[in-house]
Amino acid sequence: MSRIGVFICHCGENISATVDCERVAQEAGRLEGVEFATDYKYMCSDPGQTLIKNAIKEHHLDGVVVGSCSPRMHEATFRKTCAEAGLNPYMCEIANLREHVSWVHEKGEATTRKAIQIVTGLISKVQRNKPLNTIKVPVTKCALVIGGGIAGIQTALDIANCGQKVIMIEKSPSIGGHMSQLSETFPTLDCSQCILTPRMVEVAQHPNITLYTYAELDKLEGFVGNFKATIRLKAKSIDYSKCTGCGLCTTKCPNKKIPSEFNEGLGMRTAIYVPFPQAVPNKPVIDKEHCLYYQKGKCKICSKSCPTGAIEYDKPDEFMTIEVGAVVVTTGFNVLKTDFFPEYGYGKYKDVITGLQFERLASASWPTLGEIRRPSDGKIPQKVVFIACCGSRDPAKGIPYCSKICCMYTAKHAMLYQHKVHGGDSTVFYMDIRAGGKNYEEFVRRAIEEDHVNYVRGRVARVYEKDGKLIVKGVDTLLGAEPVEIEADMVVLATAGVASKGAEELAQKMHISYDPYHFFAEAHPKLKPVETNTAGIFLAGACQAPKDIPETVAAASGAAVKVVSLLSQENLVREPIVAVVNRCAPPLFSTCVGCFMCETICPYHAIEHEEIKDRKTGAVIKTIAKINPGLCQGCGTCVSFCRSKSIDLEGYTNEEMYTEVMALLNH
Amino acid sequence: MEESNNNFEPRIIAFVCNWCTYAGADLTGTSRIKYATNVEIVRFPCTGRIDFMLLLKAFAGGADGIIVSGCHPNDCHYTSGNFHARRRWIVFRNILNFLGIDVQRIRFSWVSAAEGAKWADIVNDTVKEIRELGPYTEYKKVANYLDEEADSHE
Repeated sequence: MSRIGVFICHCGENISATVDCERVAQEAGRLEGVEFATDYKYMCSDPGQTLIKNAIKEHHLDGVVVGSCSPRMHEATFRKTCAEAGLNPYMCEIANLREHVSWVHEKGEATTRKAIQIVTGLISKVQRNKPLNTIKVPVTKCALVIGGGIAGIQTALDIANCGQKVIMIEKSPSIGGHMSQLSETFPTLDCSQCILTPRMVEVAQHPNITLYTYAELDKLEGFVGNFKATIRLKAKSIDYSKCTGCGLCTTKCPNKKIPSEFNEGLGMRTAIYVPFPQAVPNKPVIDKEHCLYYQKGKCKICSKSCPTGAIEYDKPDEFMTIEVGAVVVTTGFNVLKTDFFPEYGYGKYKDVITGLQFERLASASWPTLGEIRRPSDGKIPQKVVFIACCGSRDPAKGIPYCSKICCMYTAKHAMLYQHKVHGGDSTVFYMDIRAGGKNYEEFVRRAIEEDHVNYVRGRVARVYEKDGKLIVKGVDTLLGAEPVEIEADMVVLATAGVASKGAEELAQKMHISYDPYHFFAEAHPKLKPVETNTAGIFLAGACQAPKDIPETVAAASGAAVKVVSLLSQENLVREPIVAVVNRCAPPLFSTCVGCFMCETICPYHAIEHEEIKDRKTGAVIKTIAKINPGLCQGCGTCVSFCRSKSIDLEGYTNEEMYTEVMALLNH
Repeated sequence: MEESNNNFEPRIIAFVCNWCTYAGADLTGTSRIKYATNVEIVRFPCTGRIDFMLLLKAFAGGADGIIVSGCHPNDCHYTSGNFHARRRWIVFRNILNFLGIDVQRIRFSWVSAAEGAKWADIVNDTVKEIRELGPYTEYKKVANYLDEEADSHE
């Protein structure tokens, strides 16, 4: 026989003005299992809470129903009160008599009746409630950052500066990402490398950061606070403990005609290479695909030239397993190449380049020291056309979204060109100018008004070559769709930002969701912008959608705070509202039949397989579902999906809910 | 018939999710928007948790109408629970139809935490509709008969 206490709050007059609280308490007191029932003016006040605590002790109550305001308001308060009196907090239920009764109905019999019914339902439910204990999950105090661009660098530094350990992996031979390729950055025109490279060095030297370049995530298992990541360390063919980074090998390598990734194919590199002079770590790797030794079996010139004997061929990739408490994904984006655009020549004109290639041409670390010379013949282009929205906002090309950064970098490119080529002539074809951001609009106005960049609103239909010139055919929609034809020396396409290569595969490895364009999906577009749906995995930067540097850095710092707040706890305390699969005596063990329908619908990948084995022989008798309480968020979708009714949700069990509904209706 | 229905006060149970509709109904309260007293709210974490067997149970217990309401599509606190609920409702509705249970007595809707007024409208609408339909006794009779049959075999 249960001993339930019922406490009806008047909430001043908020409830008692329309509900006869005294009668609610009296009627509740007459119900089976109710030991004590009373009403009070302010139940949440100190004396009110003391009243509850004393009643729990005096009457040895084993369940409490408080009829008051919404549980969203004071459920936590009253559960804490119960806990202080020694009652399990999950044996306390709140009947919403204010928001759902007194405030929405007029005074009268029906209103009081409804209050009694709601209280009755919950009295029945609380009699079926089970004491629950909060779930404690230990936390591994280390974070994994995947991707070493500006987003990863900022996240890693922020976490490391809070005193937490960070492991960073980067798939290319150096960290730095796209930002290291940029010449200047908008809207301040400061040199990208000047602000980035000190941070790259800081990452390499920070005592709390362990950096692995040329490394990729192979597998991720576990759950929040307790991930186990397997990292593939790709063979660099060089022993970094011996290599001094003198670079002699890179000058001797005979294969010098490999398009450089860092220079977007405009420059060449050798097979043993350091991607760029400021690379971190500043030591070479051997590109096996182009190395003569790996391809043809002989050469070994680098090995002969190395003064420290650091070259080690034929070493396989290594695998390393690490334990981390949180993961931040900062894998960035890619830009479409010019060959995506048939109307602009499928990439066959050397002087039709992407915005990222233009960044390299304008960069001070380019062989011309930042003097703009076109790729085909090295001449200074006197007339340059910039085409914005190449691919972006074009559903026909499969990219309906706005790439966001192009308006600004196109203005920057035109401005840089005007600064560097005096008397040069630049035209920008645009759809709209989207310059939302601090000092962004002013920047674009400056390009138009002070640097005299010619902005033409309209699309370019075609680019083709004629007599050594690139003919750009477009329209000016502000002049009544008048055709415009420009003979240009160089054309720069602001090609769309797209998800980085392999993003889909990476998302599947980590069980995080992604959108139709393979950008990673955040848990909530507004309120959880750096979280994913998998607890403990966070996002930052352009892997979510095209973002500029300020936005990326802000997101990275945001993700870092989320990670630090996670790692700063000894144990993660979770509400025990989680699903459980029933267990019973052999030979059944559980009514679960192992269909794993639940596995397919669980949004948190919390369903695991549990093998029930024979104690003597170890043979598997049955495989049933098991819910990982660290991952389960308690939505209960699996409960209503389970065909054999083998799953139940703690706090909202089938029995509890049936009883509540039936009691409501029977009264 | 019509005359008697005017005095008929239907019992309606609302199965709602904690994050959107329950909060929306709270907002109806804080906005002091009045609505009919005939609906009682039962709180679930998510519409995905709402087992449709519970709806049958509610009809067996004497409910005249039912409201199921959760977050709008794409707004689910748990990402996809409301999609599963919607899909299940599409299937369940056909089964109910086949079994001869009146699907007009179940209202499926989305009410967000910001739609206090919408909640009041849904409640009032549903009460009006159910009042016109009259008391729902057919399923209760069947359920009681089945219960008695089961008891007599024990």
